[in-house]
Amino acid sequence: MVSTAINPTSLRQPNLLTIYAKEAKYELLKVLRSPMYSVSTVVFPLMFYVLFGLVMGKQMIGSISSTLYLIPAYGTFGVMGASLFGTAATLASDRGLGWLQVKRASPMPPFAYFFAKVVMSIVFSTADVLLLLILGVLFGGVHLPAATASKLVLTLVAGSLPFSAMGLAIGYFAGPTSAPAVINIFYLPMSFCSGLWMPFQYLPKFVQYLAVFLPPFHLSQLALTVVGAGRGEPNLGHWEALAGFSMLCLGVALWGHQRDQKCNG
Amino acid sequence: MASAQILPITGRPAAGPQPVARLENVSKNYGRVRALQDFNFDVRAGELVAFLGPNGAGKTTAIRLLLGLAMPTTGKVSVFGANPADVTTHMRVGAMLQVGRVPETLRVREHVDLFSSYYPNPLPIAETLAIAGIEDLRDRKFGVLSGGQKQRVLFALAICGNPDVLFLDEPTVGLDVEARHMLWDEIRNLLARGKTVVLTTHYLEEADSLADRIGVINKGSIIAEGTPAQIKSLTAGKKIRCITQLSLDVCKSLPDVVEVHRDRDAVLIHTSQAEEVLRRLLSLDLELSGIEVTSAGLEDAFLALTRDDKV
Repeated sequence: MVSTAINPTSLRQPNLLTIYAKEAKYELLKVLRSPMYSVSTVVFPLMFYVLFGLVMGKQMIGSISSTLYLIPAYGTFGVMGASLFGTAATLASDRGLGWLQVKRASPMPPFAYFFAKVVMSIVFSTADVLLLLILGVLFGGVHLPAATASKLVLTLVAGSLPFSAMGLAIGYFAGPTSAPAVINIFYLPMSFCSGLWMPFQYLPKFVQYLAVFLPPFHLSQLALTVVGAGRGEPNLGHWEALAGFSMLCLGVALWGHQRDQKCNG
Repeated sequence: MASAQILPITGRPAAGPQPVARLENVSKNYGRVRALQDFNFDVRAGELVAFLGPNGAGKTTAIRLLLGLAMPTTGKVSVFGANPADVTTHMRVGAMLQVGRVPETLRVREHVDLFSSYYPNPLPIAETLAIAGIEDLRDRKFGVLSGGQKQRVLFALAICGNPDVLFLDEPTVGLDVEARHMLWDEIRNLLARGKTVVLTTHYLEEADSLADRIGVINKGSIIAEGTPAQIKSLTAGKKIRCITQLSLDVCKSLPDVVEVHRDRDAVLIHTSQAEEVLRRLLSLDLELSGIEVTSAGLEDAFLALTRDDKV
């Protein structure tokens, strides 16, 4: 039955593309099958949109309707949640409970592991944003030209990169059980202060000053600008802020990675 | 260390082919805790080495060093003459570690599929599943498996890449007797297929039953190394049980007696020279009765080896 094993049947080299694709596929499957993650990261932003956008009724925020305004806002909220939970919670658990050690003992290319998490964040972020758009178009009277809608989706989904980086930074320092709590400590206040839950101009003045230092503010401004509701600052500054923030987070993640190696190794 | 006197370490062979894995004068500290100290060990191609020792002896540390998951504080660790942390080294290595949680929502075949993709010449998935005896479980999610089934899946991940050497950390921990024996058979099959296996265990029976060579580890050092038979012969080789009028002190004073215990109405004598001791006992006590002579199992050897105070 097992005699052929002595002579392996093929002599192929491990294919990097195959590894990356499989790693991402199984990361996605793993998470799709964990309702806790999918529900909290996809359903909550949609629920907020339904309650505050659709049920509360259409109002004007600046020059656009609330049902349109809240798509970039809750889109940012959703992208941030999907990316943070997708990377930080799974990394903290893999680290804390020994699974990452099993992976490290295998010939898995280390980058494939992180690649898979980022792909997963992007897929969930995309689903989040598309569902928001569909809800808005069907029930919120939102009309957007296809080009604008595409640009909105791309802008928001690009935001999953800085927040995946932030998730890695958190995941390297949080414990396996405390990770969701640690994520929420950053996630919820940041969302509020960046004007994702209520229009920015209704926030207290000091919060508005604070927001400039918060990455979700920059992402939401980029997305609001697409639909014509931004504050009018140049986009470049927002992108720079997000890029800088990503670098900072990757630095922290790298530090955490080295700290791990030292403790374990 | 007291036990070192009676258990000389045989050391590595002077010549011969390059070892599959080598630990040279390795010490490993975790902060102030010394996990391994002056650790020397060679693993030769095609053999099964068991690191035997109590919990906290340093067995897992040795495996982690061999897998490149930890770096030695001093000394050198090599696998196939290369750095154990290299990806190219890992391509020839299979590992089974003690792990708190494996992703539970992936199916067995999906786990095996992913790990197989990491290796240049993996076994066909069906074959991996067959060797590990988990064909029936292929579509089950990991989270619903029993403890024994989970161990078998981890075993499958260790063998799926058709590696040349396997490092198995406590592969049968937590398994019931039946599951343990099944895994033993699978490990023996690997040896029959020319693999080299290093495993750790604190089950004495396991080391005795599987290993070509045993390294007994205590407090971070190899305190004895040899075949199961050699390990046994290093300590008192036989146990004599008899009913005698002689006092324990008299029994103890006989040459070649290692240890004497009272066992209910009888006396239990550990000795390396059973025949000689018996002759003397019989001549000293004409009433001597109920003689039983048994071979000291590895368990006794192990207890003697790792007992710190007096031997």
